[in-house]
Amino acid sequence: MPGIARSLTGHLPPPRRACLEEFRDGSGGVIDQGIAIRFPAPGSYTGEDVLELQGHGSPVAMQMLIRQCLDLGARLARPGEFSERAFLAGRLDLAQAEAVADLIESSTAAAARSAMNALRGVLSQQVHALADGLTDLRVYVEAAIDFPDEEIDFLADGEVMRRLESLEQAFTDLRRGMRQGRLLRDGLRVVISGAPNTGKSSLLNRLLREQRAIVSDIPGTTRDVLEQYLDLDGLPVMLVDTAGIRDSDDVIEAEGVQRARQARQDADLVLEVRDHALEGPGGSHGDDAGGPVIFVCNKIDLSGHPPGADGDAVYLSVLTGDGMDALVERIKEFAGYREAESAGYIARQRHLDALERAHRHLSLGIERLREMRAGELLAEELRLAQNDLGEITGTVTSDDLLGRIFGSFCIGK
Amino acid sequence: MSHPEHFDVIVIGGGHAGVEAALASARVGASTLLVTHNIETVGQMSCNPAIGGIGKGHIVKEIDALGGVMARAIDRSGIHFRILNARKGPAVQATRAQADRALYRMAIRGAVEHQDGLTLFQQAVDDILMDDGRVRGVRTRIGIVFEAPAVVLTTGTFLNGRIHIGMDNSMGGRAGDPPSVTLANRLRELPLGVDRLKTGTPPRIDGKTIDYRGLEEQPGDEPVPVFSFLGSAEEHPRQVHCHITHTNARTHDIIMQGLDRSPLYGGMIEGVGPRYCPSIEDKVVRFADRASHQIFIEPEGLNTTEVYPNGISTSLPFDVQRDLVHSIRGFENARITRPGYAIEYDFFDPRGLKHSLETKCVQGLFFAGQINGTTGYEEAAGQGLIAGLNAARQVAGEDPWWPGRGDAYIGVMIDDLVTLGTGEPYRMFTSRAEYRLQLREDNADLRLTQEGRRLGLVDDGRMRRLEAKRDAVEREKIRLAGTRVHPGGLDPQKEAAVLGRALGREASLLELLRRPEVGYRAMADLVGLEEPLDDEQVIRQLEIQARYEGYIERQQGEIKRLRSKENTAIPADMDYALVRGLSAEVRQKLADARPETVGQAARIPGVTPAAVSLLLVHLKRIQHAA
Repeated sequence: MPGIARSLTGHLPPPRRACLEEFRDGSGGVIDQGIAIRFPAPGSYTGEDVLELQGHGSPVAMQMLIRQCLDLGARLARPGEFSERAFLAGRLDLAQAEAVADLIESSTAAAARSAMNALRGVLSQQVHALADGLTDLRVYVEAAIDFPDEEIDFLADGEVMRRLESLEQAFTDLRRGMRQGRLLRDGLRVVISGAPNTGKSSLLNRLLREQRAIVSDIPGTTRDVLEQYLDLDGLPVMLVDTAGIRDSDDVIEAEGVQRARQARQDADLVLEVRDHALEGPGGSHGDDAGGPVIFVCNKIDLSGHPPGADGDAVYLSVLTGDGMDALVERIKEFAGYREAESAGYIARQRHLDALERAHRHLSLGIERLREMRAGELLAEELRLAQNDLGEITGTVTSDDLLGRIFGSFCIGK
Repeated sequence: MSHPEHFDVIVIGGGHAGVEAALASARVGASTLLVTHNIETVGQMSCNPAIGGIGKGHIVKEIDALGGVMARAIDRSGIHFRILNARKGPAVQATRAQADRALYRMAIRGAVEHQDGLTLFQQAVDDILMDDGRVRGVRTRIGIVFEAPAVVLTTGTFLNGRIHIGMDNSMGGRAGDPPSVTLANRLRELPLGVDRLKTGTPPRIDGKTIDYRGLEEQPGDEPVPVFSFLGSAEEHPRQVHCHITHTNARTHDIIMQGLDRSPLYGGMIEGVGPRYCPSIEDKVVRFADRASHQIFIEPEGLNTTEVYPNGISTSLPFDVQRDLVHSIRGFENARITRPGYAIEYDFFDPRGLKHSLETKCVQGLFFAGQINGTTGYEEAAGQGLIAGLNAARQVAGEDPWWPGRGDAYIGVMIDDLVTLGTGEPYRMFTSRAEYRLQLREDNADLRLTQEGRRLGLVDDGRMRRLEAKRDAVEREKIRLAGTRVHPGGLDPQKEAAVLGRALGREASLLELLRRPEVGYRAMADLVGLEEPLDDEQVIRQLEIQARYEGYIERQQGEIKRLRSKENTAIPADMDYALVRGLSAEVRQKLADARPETVGQAARIPGVTPAAVSLLLVHLKRIQHAA
């Protein structure tokens, strides 16, 4: 704990005093400003060393702060874990215990809900596929260990190493491609594009005005004025105004176009703004965007089209604000993001964290097998990896594993 | 009639569970009676003539560390010793030995007869006497009543035992022995949850009629391994080889054609058999793509020609058994000495037991071995030791003791049984243990002997040996940590040979030992260590501790956290309906399992960490109310 405190605030806050601190990430950038209170053991809720951090309301800033703590070696608590620890340390009196029971009861229901929401669709399938791959591997490794007389020494042949490497690749791919993961770290990259005078800058300004802009420094982002961070009901969004690129770069027009194109290519989502009053009904949606696009049909105050979403188009008026809600909804929908509930962040973070830990154990296991030919240490790392993934997909018991072994191989004398 | 002598503890059954139970009870000072239907079969190996193996060898060493007899007996009767998994790392290495059945039985019989405070008596027991939910004694077949406040039941496969060979079946406890029917029916009156299990044996063969030419020979290891921490290879009798042969397509054809007369496939057998020890007909049916299966030809002893063909356990009719045996290479003219058979028997749901192995429904009544749904001599013996110990402790007014999941495989087994129950004969596998790197054969004494001493299970000699080993390891660790070598300070040739490359920076000898390729002796030679150690057990301990450093610490952290929960007891009469916030499903699960501690509750499938927290809060609440 003291290590985390030092790293976040640059010093060890004095015990039991609320101090205004800047919370910093690994490279010294400020994540947020807030209150830190340090409770040295045994004078804390759980009887252990405790550091309490109070940040600003922004879920995004909170998310980054949690992320930083995890990077420094902290772990997310299970529901009710603090109370459990407090109880085990003999620090709960009767009244507290009573209150805590109610709290656990309500918070686990919420946590279960948000955990269900946290992983959906393809991603969930991919995580389950990884978990299955891991179980398969364990079936081989454990069978080789527990049944050495059975002519199934998978550890000795190259098969296990091949499977290990392919599973590790799958972990790497999944984590790299995880939109959810990037959303949490970097935000959804939304590029506003369109012909001049369709209302791109007005749209940007309107979004910035209506939604909470993120005021804190964000690590790793450029300080480019053309990129603006936005908190869309808890979904971090980086808005990129390509119009700005062109306007600011009047020396070499071609370079501006090139950069706009590049921006569109890097985008998670393009908002293609059209002047609906000019193009009228049936205006072409076809474009060379390539990636996902929402067609923003602006200026319905002039064209008279009713506001709202229709397929991949959203009809709105930046001027009056009609239809803006529909656009925000579509963006969140696109990101697979529904809940503004803060527990949702924690749940997703829990999953990401579990994936990361599982990946680490897998890599370490490969190293143990390769460098020490240590099958039992590989087995241990795989067990730990599966425990971690089990936080997402449910636990695999030793009996499940044995069942798979007996179903797969003819075991026994 | 009532026997005039009073005992503290009565153990029923003279198998591997009964023997360790009676010995442990007597060792800690209880006057103990071992009742068996036949004194000649005390210590009998009913199934294959081998002790140990993966997970099982671990248990044998743990029994030894607690002063039990199994390891010492096999050291005096083993005729073929091997270390399994020798190339897979020390934590999963295990010792296995073929036994001379007669020598093993003699070694066990000798230990039982020479144990102070232990009386042996031959009679079948027909009834357990109970008063008011407490055990009072036992009644034998001819009506002799023995009184005692604690009884340990280790009945093996004898309860309502039924033997199947083909479509014929008959009641029997083991080939050649009568079953216990009266006792079984008496026990069925208790609220214990009875069910049936099945196990089997292969036909035995006269080794004189086997043609060994061309069969693969399997020699024992050199140097010959030893089981007991106090044992030595000099105790072993003459060593022999085993052989391996295989079934073939013709064998499988014969089996398929005989299936219509198989009790297993004809629905005569209702009991569940072990998945890891299937009969040959099961293997051929379930894994039809396998062209052949291994058969280990295990000698039954030095003074008999009989062999045990391990791998063709069967309950097919005798004529099919003969044909299938004759189809196997080397067995073309083999003579069967005893037919193979399957046996079904009663067992009781082990969730009806406390960790002490006392039944929850009858005070003073303890169960150990196959009656609890396990299989294997080692599993039985491990439970026997704990049940006998706790029976004696209860009579002496002391708290029960059992090892935790982080202490011993015996602890893993007992916790699995009483928490999860079992649907098939339960056998130990290392994959059942969370703390496998910690629960090793080599450190069973370091894990358990000190505690065994406190309990009164361990004698002076064993304790001195433990202290010497432990102190030597610690002293040497300190010396190695404090001795440093510098780059350029070593013989370059030796350096390259031992370390693979030149030393890059200054390092302690302990750091050198942590490298996977560096052993103690080579390291000592490389650096010219003064007075290097010579005790193989100590050297191995140093090397293993160095190899697992980091892993062991992490596991010990986990074990410590586990222990705090294990120490939080749940009252036996806990009313789960009063625990606020529990889901109906979790409430039901807890009410059914009646866990003894919060740690055990957490291991019941479906009991979430949140539920555990609620349980803890409730316990706090009732503690305050009291």
